[in-house]
Amino acid sequence: MNITAIRVPEAVVESSLIAAENLTAGYQEKIVWRDANFAIGRGELVAVIGPNGAGKTTLFRLLLGLQRPITGTIRVFGEQPKRGNPRIGYVPQRHAIDSETNIEAQELVRLGLSGKRWGFNPFSHEDHDAAHAALGAVDGSELAHRPLGVLSGGELQRIFLAEALVSNPDLLLLDEPLSNLDMKRESDLLHLVNGVVHARGVTALLIAHNINPLLPHLDKVIYIANGKVATGKPEQVLTSDSLTALYGVQVEVMRDSKGNVAIIGVEEHLRR
Amino acid sequence: MTFSINLLSDLQEMLSYAFMQHAFEAGTIVAIIAGITGYFVVLRRSAFTAHAFSEIGFAGAAGAVLLGIPPIAGLLLGSSIGGFAIAALGRRAANRDTQIGIVLAFALGLGLLFISLYSGYATQAYSILFGQILGISNDQVLLTLAAGVAILASVGVIYRPLLFASLDEDVAEAKGLPMLFLGTVFMLLVAVAVSFSIQVTGVLLIFSLIVTPAATAQYLARRPQRAMIVSVAIALGATWSGLFVAYYTPFPVSFFITAFVFGLYLLVRLARLGIKPAKAPIANL
Repeated sequence: MNITAIRVPEAVVESSLIAAENLTAGYQEKIVWRDANFAIGRGELVAVIGPNGAGKTTLFRLLLGLQRPITGTIRVFGEQPKRGNPRIGYVPQRHAIDSETNIEAQELVRLGLSGKRWGFNPFSHEDHDAAHAALGAVDGSELAHRPLGVLSGGELQRIFLAEALVSNPDLLLLDEPLSNLDMKRESDLLHLVNGVVHARGVTALLIAHNINPLLPHLDKVIYIANGKVATGKPEQVLTSDSLTALYGVQVEVMRDSKGNVAIIGVEEHLRR
Repeated sequence: MTFSINLLSDLQEMLSYAFMQHAFEAGTIVAIIAGITGYFVVLRRSAFTAHAFSEIGFAGAAGAVLLGIPPIAGLLLGSSIGGFAIAALGRRAANRDTQIGIVLAFALGLGLLFISLYSGYATQAYSILFGQILGISNDQVLLTLAAGVAILASVGVIYRPLLFASLDEDVAEAKGLPMLFLGTVFMLLVAVAVSFSIQVTGVLLIFSLIVTPAATAQYLARRPQRAMIVSVAIALGATWSGLFVAYYTPFPVSFFITAFVFGLYLLVRLARLGIKPAKAPIANL
């Protein structure tokens, strides 16, 4: 079964938050992946997985309007993506924060709301209250006054999540929020994201390397590999047939007694 | 020129000289703009770029001396060209130490050539390299004031977007902030701040006002606005005390400014080392 070939019905495209039709992405000279068709609905938690360099972040750049499709269309909230959409909260993989950054965490969270404002307006109670609420939503109230430079990887991810949530977005794009986290923190953060998705009804796309910790929470998977994109429910996409079609080589999907997935035959694609 | 215990009368005597008055006026304005722009220089890890502006400015100033026009015109022109070039190459270009180093070495060499062409007269070069705050004229003070007002007004307008772009570049870009515009305005602000700070500290000691006060302030205050205020306070304190002490000694003002900011930086770092296990801030500013 080749999932990439399934056409998304018109009615689904109309009502969905994100809809891609025959979408081909890449840069001037190089196509990263082609002919993607998928629709993501409101309140869905979606994993974007695939090998390094497959074009997962490229998908985010298209959704953020930082990059245009080569062919095909992509719609977010029924419109062509435009840079600066206030309804999208974004947590990139790369941050300029290091151990020398001695700025309070809540300042960064506040910038998620006020960072676009021109002019010098030092004190705003609304910003303060919104930052406080966002920090509360990520269990980060006690981190508010800690310097960013001393926070652990998991604590920083919570702050970035609060920074994204502070403007009350309808769509969250999280680029590798689980990298550099141990299993305990990974699971804590996932529960947090899952809680936010359900409590606020937001849609979240999450780029990850390992699908297994995500499986219990997922509504959909966008699997990008070998220049192609497969989308569907986890049990549809993560099958030997569908991944064999995607990779173009024989792939075996094994499941253990707990439902964990191991993909055999593409180890060299997945290795970091 | 004798020092007495009564500091007020000392100050009164000192300020009865026009050159000391001008030095205090220009020094105050420069300390304010250097303390504020320096905060962003340190936050964006652009210290080396700021130094490059200073040395490209030196070539400009030396060229201006050769042509018989005011050095500040050459300084502004040189450092602004550097600012535009680095901004046009993008934020990541500001971290290209090797290329910037290559350009600044050439700029210093060019400055040296201009100075030697200027009938081998070294006093001008010396004052551009190490500061000439005691030789500032009334017109220069007014020009410095105009630059100071322009810098403060610009920082006031772009403050939050610039802070956002400096702290979380990718999110700021996704949120629709004009990154190239912000980068260019920031580089030009630094170029102008550096050009005027050179009057006080000289090309070679520019870090003592642009980098050290802000770097120290970062450890003392965790909120950007407060850190900027602390940074300005340190730059002001060092400039004023530098002028005061230098008045009673035969040694140059810029040495004392450098020594004061360095001493304070050292003190703050040592104090932080001492309290590190508790992970507490020095002052909860």
